Amino acid sequence: MKSVMGGNALRIRGIAIICVAGLLAACGNSTSSTDSGTNTASAPGITATTITIGSTQPLTGRAAPGYSEISASSNAYFQYVNAHGGIFGRQITYTYYDDTYNPTMTASLTRKLILDDKVFALFSALGTPTHLAVVDYINSQKVPDLFVSSGCNCWNDVSNHPYTFGWQPDYTIEGKILGQYINQNLGGKKVGYFFQNDEFGLDGVKGLDAQLGASTVPDASRQNYVPTNTNVGPQIAALQASGAQVVVSFSIPAFTALALLGAAKVGYHPIWVVSNVGSDVTTLTGLLKSFSKGAAGVQLLGGMVTDAYLPLTGDSSNKWISLFKGIHDTYISTLPWDGNVLYGMAQAYTLVQAIKAAGRNPTRASFVKALETTKLTGGPGLAPFGFSSSNHLGYLGVQVVTIAASDSGPISQYSGSASSPPPNGIP
Amino acid sequence: MVAVRSRVDRLVAPTLRRHLLIALGAAAVLLLLSAQIGAYDDYNLTAVAIFAVAAAGLTLLTGLNGQLSLGHGALMAIGAYTASLLLKDHRQLPVIVVLLISVLSAGVIGIAFGYAAARLRGPYLAGATLTLAVALPQVATRYKSIFGGESGLTVPPSAPPDWLGADFPPERWLAWIALAAAVVTMLLLANLLRSAPGRAFKAVRDNEAAAALAGIDVARTQVLAFVISAACAGLAGALFAYWSGITSPAGFSLGLSLQLITAIVIGGLGSLAGAVWGSIVLVFVPLLTSGMASTVHLPSAVADNLPLAIYGGILVIAMLVAPHGIQGALRRILAIGRARWEYPPRGGQKGVVDWDDPAPGT
Repeated sequence: MKSVMGGNALRIRGIAIICVAGLLAACGNSTSSTDSGTNTASAPGITATTITIGSTQPLTGRAAPGYSEISASSNAYFQYVNAHGGIFGRQITYTYYDDTYNPTMTASLTRKLILDDKVFALFSALGTPTHLAVVDYINSQKVPDLFVSSGCNCWNDVSNHPYTFGWQPDYTIEGKILGQYINQNLGGKKVGYFFQNDEFGLDGVKGLDAQLGASTVPDASRQNYVPTNTNVGPQIAALQASGAQVVVSFSIPAFTALALLGAAKVGYHPIWVVSNVGSDVTTLTGLLKSFSKGAAGVQLLGGMVTDAYLPLTGDSSNKWISLFKGIHDTYISTLPWDGNVLYGMAQAYTLVQAIKAAGRNPTRASFVKALETTKLTGGPGLAPFGFSSSNHLGYLGVQVVTIAASDSGPISQYSGSASSPPPNGIP
Repeated sequence: MVAVRSRVDRLVAPTLRRHLLIALGAAAVLLLLSAQIGAYDDYNLTAVAIFAVAAAGLTLLTGLNGQLSLGHGALMAIGAYTASLLLKDHRQLPVIVVLLISVLSAGVIGIAFGYAAARLRGPYLAGATLTLAVALPQVATRYKSIFGGESGLTVPPSAPPDWLGADFPPERWLAWIALAAAVVTMLLLANLLRSAPGRAFKAVRDNEAAAALAGIDVARTQVLAFVISAACAGLAGALFAYWSGITSPAGFSLGLSLQLITAIVIGGLGSLAGAVWGSIVLVFVPLLTSGMASTVHLPSAVADNLPLAIYGGILVIAMLVAPHGIQGALRRILAIGRARWEYPPRGGQKGVVDWDDPAPGT
């Protein structure tokens, strides 16, 4: 699996980092991490020697392919931090449960984490429909709900959900940037949409429509799927019949693969533009091979356009990539080195930054306060975070990349100021 | 000891009085228990009560009336969506009203489906109910504006009344509601099974032709069993909506229907006590293994699937060790004890257990 990534280079076509104006300016570097003193059990889930966080993740079931790597990968980074003395001398304990992408299970397991395991905070809880089921409850319990693994802009709702923070760029921003790319590079072609029929897909379509114009994409070219129904043949046939030459797909990996296979089967070859969450090359290659019983594979991904907000996994010259790849090789070498692993590590890095910023003995409220007032800069992301007291958005931008059709393409650097990790890899 | 027991039996001879006493005793024990345990245990106790209500309804249909339903998860969904729609937009309605309307709506669907079911036998009935389980959740996805699509409808929690104090955990309040519903359901079902309809259910299950010759309206009996069973599922569904705080299609998948079947088989088919045992297994066994993925040091492809594999293994072993379920095993132990004390169960041979008798020794 790993060799696939190495041989399949990512090439950057256009760069479009969009930032919400004004937020970029204030990038002060104030941390309260230097305060000394003794460790106390300052909040539930925090003892003198440990800090416990929890998560709900799809480890099995239809959303598991690819996504199940994220929590194992975050855990690997925490183990790395723990092996280097932890944060403020505290070891990080990460407890994550399998909710199978079923909101009902998320509801029950989140209560287990908060009431039974008494975690300090929730971290990286995955999925839009799943996390929507518990966001009210988590906030009623006043538990920090950090870096939801979903790009729904619903997490940015400070008045109703003051404890919830996003992490990845929201899908509307992503849709806008992909739309702008299509306008600039694929202008004049007929565009069709293939999207998950929930907040994930609808937010993306909102962003796309804002750039492309809602009237340019007729209803026949707007096809959606629900994750409980794996037959996407009718939708693909409808897109083909509508004559769409570019198909923008806001889909989870399993459904990106199903769509690509469905299209290949009927001889339909549009230019695929796939949102970040559904476009990881290694994951897709594995899925394509398994769904097609080996008949198809990486060749279907050639020319696919996607976007990124983290360095590219194949960019071995990037210091973040070499840091995270090294941790991967030490702790979770059985997992493929792919975008999901990178995602989990980068997210874990952000959490460690936040824990550090909150000071030695935080409470749940002071932690949230610190996250709103400290700019978490110098991380692996390509765009800044939007966190403030009125904004709980995560990364504010993405960059558009094209997956090379052949394995000959070299990896070119993106322009923009890339930061380097601290010497020991811990913020 | 057995002599003492039979004297007590004579003292409270009428079935209703005996059932009432058991119900009151159970209610008192559960009330004390729920007050002793933490909020999270109350939350799980609620789940047991909810599954017990649904499983009791299913065991009446499948175990006592012989109609296999693979669609009870969908009937629970009807109760859950009814409750969620009633409570949409933060409408304040008393819990009892919500529960009763949910029971009614599931019961009405049960009538319609019961008529269809009464014409079908064996695999055809299983197929038809399977259709219900597969198709119904899709309705919620299709009519997104009403049912909220894949993300479903959120359900506001039922706040404890003021007289319980401000610090009263909402989980315990919900546990009380669910336990009360479960005790009342069990009481009503136990009485029903001891009366003419209950005997008719069993007669139809054992031999339809013989039952018809004995003057039992077979079709009507089957429809009645289906309606009662659906009403139980509706009640469980409404409680489920309060419990999880979210009603979405994924929560009422085919998997839920199969879980209910698992519960009644593991617990002991055809026995109300078995439905309770099965529900306890259903709720607590997955909890034992749920955190394993993040704690065991195994490749995540193995660790991620370990809880499911262990759960499956436990079910397989349970069925090998106790093919008649937990209640069957308890009865066997009781029967062995009786055989040793040389008191054969009434109406049975010494040392032989009548698996299907809902409460031997009465």
